Amino acid sequence: MTVSPALLAVEGESTGVEFHAPSIWEFYPEAILFAGTPFEMNRIMIIRMIMVIALVVIFWLGTRRMKLVPGRFQSLIEMGLDLVRVNIAEDLLGKKDGRRFLPLLTTMFFLVLFLNITGIVPGFNIAGTSVIGIALVLAVASYVAFIYAGLRKHPWAFIRNALFPPGVPPMFYIVVTPIEFVSTFILRPVTLTLRLLMNMVVGHLLLVLMFSGTHFLFLGATEWGIKALGIGTLAFGIVFSLFEILVAVLQAYVFTLLTAVYLQLALAEEH
Amino acid sequence: MLNALVWASESTEPAPNPLIPAVYDIVWSIIPFAIVLVLFWKIVLPRMQAMLDERAEKIEGGIALAENAQAEAKAALDSYNQLLAEARTEAADIRDKARAEGGVILAELRDQAAADAAAITAKAHAQIEAERQAAIQSLRAEVGTLALDLAGRVIGEHVADDKKASALVDRYLSELESTGKKK
Repeated sequence: MTVSPALLAVEGESTGVEFHAPSIWEFYPEAILFAGTPFEMNRIMIIRMIMVIALVVIFWLGTRRMKLVPGRFQSLIEMGLDLVRVNIAEDLLGKKDGRRFLPLLTTMFFLVLFLNITGIVPGFNIAGTSVIGIALVLAVASYVAFIYAGLRKHPWAFIRNALFPPGVPPMFYIVVTPIEFVSTFILRPVTLTLRLLMNMVVGHLLLVLMFSGTHFLFLGATEWGIKALGIGTLAFGIVFSLFEILVAVLQAYVFTLLTAVYLQLALAEEH
Repeated sequence: MLNALVWASESTEPAPNPLIPAVYDIVWSIIPFAIVLVLFWKIVLPRMQAMLDERAEKIEGGIALAENAQAEAKAALDSYNQLLAEARTEAADIRDKARAEGGVILAELRDQAAADAAAITAKAHAQIEAERQAAIQSLRAEVGTLALDLAGRVIGEHVADDKKASALVDRYLSELESTGKKK
């Protein structure tokens, strides 16, 4: 990451086409609006807001006049909302608690999904979640939510379950309690953040590598044998683009599911 | 070459740490999160819930309606059956009563007829008796006169107006009767 991009910008032998290797700077494009203020917007921030507007429009229109017998668009909206409502919230938290935390879980799922998917949307080509902000804010929301849920319902049982798991001989608490503390109160938000962020960062770097490699091999290479390698990198790029769709959905699902699991553990009487 | 220059100028800055969020990144994360949270919390999910409730209500309402209709149909059938049974017993009652009444009427008629027949017979008997008595009476008078006439002719003397003679004839006739009866 500390390698200067200039070193990687290898010049093509005689065609003048350079190999543009992906670097960390991919995620720090130039400011476009409000430069220098806390509201500075670069390409990625604009993509985020475009997707937020798209999300608002889609769900506003999709639920504006809901019919008992849904049409095609409404069915799709219902299917999406039911994925979170039934398969995550009600499955893990039950009907009552599921409904309480449904707004948070639904927000997490669709915000992460919509911002992940821009990684393979032509013209955007970078995930809105590939900079740490979104993952961090949502992880903090998840962290606050499960601690709030636990403390609100049963402060002592929550702390006992989290730090002094039952069924462990008391003398082992010297070892177990610090481990539990770190895993529950420190590692949970950290892993939530990093899992999402790194998936998106790596996915983007991989796609950039494949497509810029293809570009360089096709146009920059002088020998036909080396040009032919570009077919391989192009094919990889396409396959990984499709794979990124799966990753985008999966990461949104995992993020939401883990939050629901943390809430469930916080609300559980004993585990 | 222009690219290379841009890259070079960037490379003078220290490479950013992707784990340290920039202020604008946090700002443009909180704003989308807030917008989307409000969207789902205040608009989308209540609408969805209302629709789901309505749908469940409709389905439950439909089931309840069908159950009601079934119950009503069953009640109608029951009342119909009950009416039918009542009508049947009533008809049987009426038939029994009619049969009994018919018997009574028949017996009355029979009695009446028997009484009438008896009365007619009695009347006939009485009439016959009366006629017989009349015949006997007139026969006796005739026989008396004849006997007195005969006796008068035999003795050459008129005895017809003699009360004594008439009494004699009567006594004789009575004796005849009584001997006739003895035989």
